[in-house]
Amino acid sequence: MLEAAEIECERGGRKLFGPLSVRVAGGELLRIAGPNGSGKTSLLRILCGLLTPSAGAVRWRGGPIGELREEYSRHLVYLGHAPAVKDELTPAENLHVACRLMGIAADASAAALSAFGVPDIPVRKLSQGQRRKAALARLLLSQSTPLWLLDEPFAALDTRSIAYTEELIGRHLAAGGAVVYTTHQPSALDARARVVDLAG
Amino acid sequence: MLSIARTLVGRDLLLALRRKSDVATALLFFVIVASLFPLGIGAEPNQLRAIAPGVIWVAALLSSMLSLARLFAGDHADGTLEQMLLGAAPLGVVVAARTFAHWLVSGLPLVLIAPLIALQYDVARPLYGVLALSLLLGTPILSIIGAIGAALTLGLRGGGVLLSLLVLPLYVPVLVMGAGAVEMAGAGLAPDGQLLLLGAFLVVAAAFAPWATAAALRISIE
Repeated sequence: MLEAAEIECERGGRKLFGPLSVRVAGGELLRIAGPNGSGKTSLLRILCGLLTPSAGAVRWRGGPIGELREEYSRHLVYLGHAPAVKDELTPAENLHVACRLMGIAADASAAALSAFGVPDIPVRKLSQGQRRKAALARLLLSQSTPLWLLDEPFAALDTRSIAYTEELIGRHLAAGGAVVYTTHQPSALDARARVVDLAG
Repeated sequence: MLSIARTLVGRDLLLALRRKSDVATALLFFVIVASLFPLGIGAEPNQLRAIAPGVIWVAALLSSMLSLARLFAGDHADGTLEQMLLGAAPLGVVVAARTFAHWLVSGLPLVLIAPLIALQYDVARPLYGVLALSLLLGTPILSIIGAIGAALTLGLRGGGVLLSLLVLPLYVPVLVMGAGAVEMAGAGLAPDGQLLLLGAFLVVAAAFAPWATAAALRISIE
């Protein structure tokens, strides 16, 4: 599905990694590994099209993502470092807007939030972990979106939520979806993941 | 696509409702700046009448500058902007919706309160309509052009000052036409030409500027 050919990444005049070729097929789990500052987030951002690689190209089902633009982004969910929730809105309102923005139905948003155990009070009053969960609830609503790109999905989560997220990822893979993620925490998914190590 | 635009406008209005102080600051700034001139210059009615269109328009420019820096900064900080770039709608549409919401929150109140300011300057009653109409056509242009500057200076340190330096020169034609329309009407001439030019400017800006803003956002977010 997703193919990155000979990509290189340069940030601030310093070469982070590359040339690197990555290929992700449906049902496949890919973990991006490497120490802090090795370019894990940059690679994810390149894969979703937020960052242009200094060399090489990323293709989605054969087409370069720079040309596909929203044709491509409609097929992906990206969870970045920042949870992308607004402090002034409630998690439900946030999720509603996020779903509309991704072009998916937001009908089940209340159920998704309660599945993650997020209370419906303004995000300002939520803890770091709860914010994270409010963002992760998007995954539950985008099960039919083929590609998930997750940057540190388990950061700040409690063990129960980590297990639930792992279960969601497992279900997504079983349904033929592809997942690319970065993490510093050991997780139950590690065994089934193919690893791209940016350190070596 | 339109439903996405509608959702975003709704979201921005809701955010403005929950952050009333942001809206109030820009509006109060406009009122205060426009009220300082009569106090500083003195209550000579003819003089006040002569400077009224220019002063009100300049105050509107400055007030719209004030809220511009926040147009994308908040969404940039919490990661929402990335989601907008990766949304199902073309980025130009997203930008157009956000700009429209920005105008609803920061530009439209100026249009509504301008006649009240004009009262301080003893502007002739028939000119109120022309003043409001010129602002109604002109303030959206300020938001639309300002959005390009806001996108370009996103994430820069001291971006606010740079934003003013970038955008204020681009506001000059709007200022000339907007204030000019009111002055012409004041001189007993028909302001139609200036207003039509302002309208034409608005149409062109609304059609093309969001795409420029979108391109600037893509560069800024890298």
